Amino acid sequence: MLDLLAQLPQATFDRPPIDWHALAPELVLLGFGVLVTLVDIVFLERGRAMVSALAGVGLLATVVPLLTLWNEVDTASPRVLFDGAYVVDRYSLVMKIVFVLVGYVVILLSTNYIAEGDYWESEYYGLLLSSIMGMVVMASARDLISIFVALELLSIPAYLLAAWRKRDPRGNEAGIKYYLMGVFASAVMLYGMSLLYGVTGSTLLTDIAVAVADAPQFDAAIALGIVFVVVGFAFKISAVPFHHWAPDTYEGAPTPVAGFLAVASKAAGFVALMNLVFVAFPDRHDVYQPLIWVMAVLSMTVGNLLALRQTNMVRLLAYSGVAQTGFMLAPLTVAGDPGVSDLALSTTVNYLAIYAAMNLGAFAVVIALARKTGSAEIDDLKGAFQYAPGLTVAMTVFLFSLAGIPPIGGWFAKFNVFRSLAGAETTWAYILAVIVAVNSVIALYYYASVARKMWADEAPDGNLAPVHVPPSLVAALAITVAVTLVFGFFPGTVGDFTDVSLLASP
Amino acid sequence: MHEFLTDWGLSLATFLPLAGAVVLMLIPKAEEEAQKMVAMAVSLVVAVVGVLLMVDFDYDAAGQLQYVVDESWIDVINSRYIVGIDGISLPLMLLTMLIVPLCIIYSWEHFPEPHNPKAFLALILILETGMVGTFVAQDLVLFFVFFEVVLLPMFFMIAVWGGEDRRYASLKFFLYTLFGSALMLVSFLALYFLAGGDTFSITGLADGVVANDMSRAAQLWVFGGMVLGFGIKVPMFPFHTWLPDAHTQAPTVGSVILAAVLLKLGTYGFVRIAIPILPEAAVEWAPWIGLFAVIGIIYGALGCLAQTDMKRLIAFSSVAHMGFVMLGIATLTDFGINAAVFGMVAHGLITGMLFFLAGSVKERYHTLEIKRLGGLLVQAPRMGWILGFCAMASLGLPGLAGFWGEFPAILAAYSPANGLPVGIFRAFMVVAALGTVLAAGYLLWLLQRTAFGNPPEEFADDPAITDTNRWEWLAWSPLLALIVVLGIYPNLMFQTTDPAVQESLEPCLSVEVGEVASERCAEVYDLGTVAATGQAED
Repeated sequence: MLDLLAQLPQATFDRPPIDWHALAPELVLLGFGVLVTLVDIVFLERGRAMVSALAGVGLLATVVPLLTLWNEVDTASPRVLFDGAYVVDRYSLVMKIVFVLVGYVVILLSTNYIAEGDYWESEYYGLLLSSIMGMVVMASARDLISIFVALELLSIPAYLLAAWRKRDPRGNEAGIKYYLMGVFASAVMLYGMSLLYGVTGSTLLTDIAVAVADAPQFDAAIALGIVFVVVGFAFKISAVPFHHWAPDTYEGAPTPVAGFLAVASKAAGFVALMNLVFVAFPDRHDVYQPLIWVMAVLSMTVGNLLALRQTNMVRLLAYSGVAQTGFMLAPLTVAGDPGVSDLALSTTVNYLAIYAAMNLGAFAVVIALARKTGSAEIDDLKGAFQYAPGLTVAMTVFLFSLAGIPPIGGWFAKFNVFRSLAGAETTWAYILAVIVAVNSVIALYYYASVARKMWADEAPDGNLAPVHVPPSLVAALAITVAVTLVFGFFPGTVGDFTDVSLLASP
Repeated sequence: MHEFLTDWGLSLATFLPLAGAVVLMLIPKAEEEAQKMVAMAVSLVVAVVGVLLMVDFDYDAAGQLQYVVDESWIDVINSRYIVGIDGISLPLMLLTMLIVPLCIIYSWEHFPEPHNPKAFLALILILETGMVGTFVAQDLVLFFVFFEVVLLPMFFMIAVWGGEDRRYASLKFFLYTLFGSALMLVSFLALYFLAGGDTFSITGLADGVVANDMSRAAQLWVFGGMVLGFGIKVPMFPFHTWLPDAHTQAPTVGSVILAAVLLKLGTYGFVRIAIPILPEAAVEWAPWIGLFAVIGIIYGALGCLAQTDMKRLIAFSSVAHMGFVMLGIATLTDFGINAAVFGMVAHGLITGMLFFLAGSVKERYHTLEIKRLGGLLVQAPRMGWILGFCAMASLGLPGLAGFWGEFPAILAAYSPANGLPVGIFRAFMVVAALGTVLAAGYLLWLLQRTAFGNPPEEFADDPAITDTNRWEWLAWSPLLALIVVLGIYPNLMFQTTDPAVQESLEPCLSVEVGEVASERCAEVYDLGTVAATGQAED
């Protein structure tokens, strides 16, 4: 200890060169996060009215540097910061844009929900912005420590948001459950990371890739490390058997937050998983592919079967989200196949982008209809076509997009999953493709049942008063419907946009 | 004109209905007349485009794709927007364009409950986009998208405007079809990769399969996936159980579209995609398809004899008729497939008509239970005669359209293509011929019990039972006329379809037995053995 202290005076701190442009999106987000908090402190009650708008503006402002970066960064020359711990390439930019836009739509969903309930508004938006910031950082993190920091930055505000309805016992249950599961997952993952660090002596993913590729003497430790890290993120993306928190948390959390967790938080987990799979363990697909194969099959099957039995729309979306996780994991089971590994990455990115639009849209309709019915029970959606035809058509678009029926967005996502699996040309991949096909049919059953109830049944109490949908919700619905349809009719747009690679990055 | 049609004709015919549906949704709900006019106008414009295409079509080159448009669509997956029609697509496309306006005319005065013409007409127009698109698409991804587009509108049509059991029937229809098409999609993609992975165009894939020497086992699996996808849509026994439910519960117009066009999407898929791309696998699968086809013929006929509901009886007769179509396809001969395409159109016209009639009977009697009906000829003589006419056409009376679908299909089974077991197909032929007898049985029985005799007491003095009205005449007369015209002069269609069918078939399949075939033919299709058996049987 004394020796170390003695060295201190000689150690000079060199500030690493900082690429300000590459960090601009994070800085803008940080700036607005601070601003929202300051407005709250300075203006107190009078500030309530403007925080939501301010947060929305902040997210839209973040898109500007993301787009300028998109123009500068092409696949050949990613911007590398901090000795490779932080990389800004096309892949991370796509995901950042998805996170920021999802955040914007969530704010649109929250504006009336949070203002009309008896909630604290200003903190809500501050927390939301910092959680989004964590996700944005995650997209670029290429180092175990930055991954972990990003994960905690996105998770801790999310724990608080999940328990936002603090007078409702279910809200508390939601928060506690999510928190306990989350920290447990973090612990498992940290243990895995420590094993990897112990074996490889580095936290940089690229270094780990080299070290784990050929270290027969540490094979067991490496395998354990990989499994633990993957399992840690399996909680985040609610893959079976680590999905138990999702339905209870979604149901108890404020519905906009449930949408946020179901879409953005899941996408962040996938981003981390993809960073690890493609950058850190590219040569260890013998370890992660079977693990992900099993999780994918379990997630889609168990998620679907449980979704069949749900009577609450939010819980149904939670279980269907578990099943969708299985679909999104499927391409990662062939990620190590050199022929399709780029394809597998862009398929998952693509699926995440489309999933974000359609799933958030479904939550938006649930929020809008709950303004009239006051509940999210599926039976209360009956007959919605009679009094809210627009919302019903929108919900139909989202449900059948989730089911993957052409020509609505989701089909292209699912099509790509099949394409990656068929492209691998291995028996296991073909088997998985057939399982995905069968599961798509099971999923259709509950999606179509909901649509049928909304269209064909009578409203439960004969109450045909129209629903008043506030402008912010209309905007959210317009955005999500438009994106879902554009991706379906012109899949080339999303296809080009998400045609990214992680292998070229250093 | 020709220039314009070449560039825009097919795309216009495909997407105009969709645009019409969007316009329709913008019209306020109360303006029902305007909604009907818009829908009618759109479907008529589409029909006019169809007529122009029909007139402009080069019948001397009916074997080639015409009006081809090839534009980039989804570059990342090498899928292109390729549309085009040949002699096989043209009649089916025209059938679609005819049926849709007739359905709108038929619904004009009486939309089924819960009314809402706006949504109903929008769904019909979206359906038209899907149906026309399927018949003109020449790229597998594009085909798949259109093939699926028809599902949603039909699901809602059954679920919202259907009968008592609509919830069950609509979901069953949807799940069955999606199950088939999900596995079909997997086979399309496997095919894409195994055939080189650079194109989804149908002709490109057919070349790719040969060029990449796709293994026989893989071909069989891929073909199997397609059999499932298309077979469920047809529907082929044993995947037919969704059909009676969907037909019975659907509103009249829904049943008509379902019978006249949707079922053809499946058989069209066999003729357009499965057989031309994978001819070797087709030879292996053909006996099985033929087997299921004749089981379907007999099973459908027996099912008809057991029905107590008129609409359900007609639905089961579809299973039998599509069995004949599938038998024609299974022979893999020029003759058989021509018969199959003719059978598709004839079944569309005749069974479409029968469902119209069932709808009109239901509207007057408020029941379709055969034993409560009777004496239609007394109370509504014209309608009774039309029913008789359609029953005759359906049972395959020579001189009406139905005959030319069934008879050549049976005949084709006598000498199936090279490489197929002749004896087995001749057995199929005998069974199928028995099926026509049963068809005569159930149709005459239906006619006898509903149209002959005296009206039952409960309806004897019912003023609601009137004869065919103006709208019905308007909607039905084109169909009735076509049934006669095609029956008297079938060559009208055969001369169009034949060049295209010949083009789509693998040349080895039709090499004269004993002729010197190329080495590949001899190797793949075992022509030597065929020649020996052929001689032995002669």
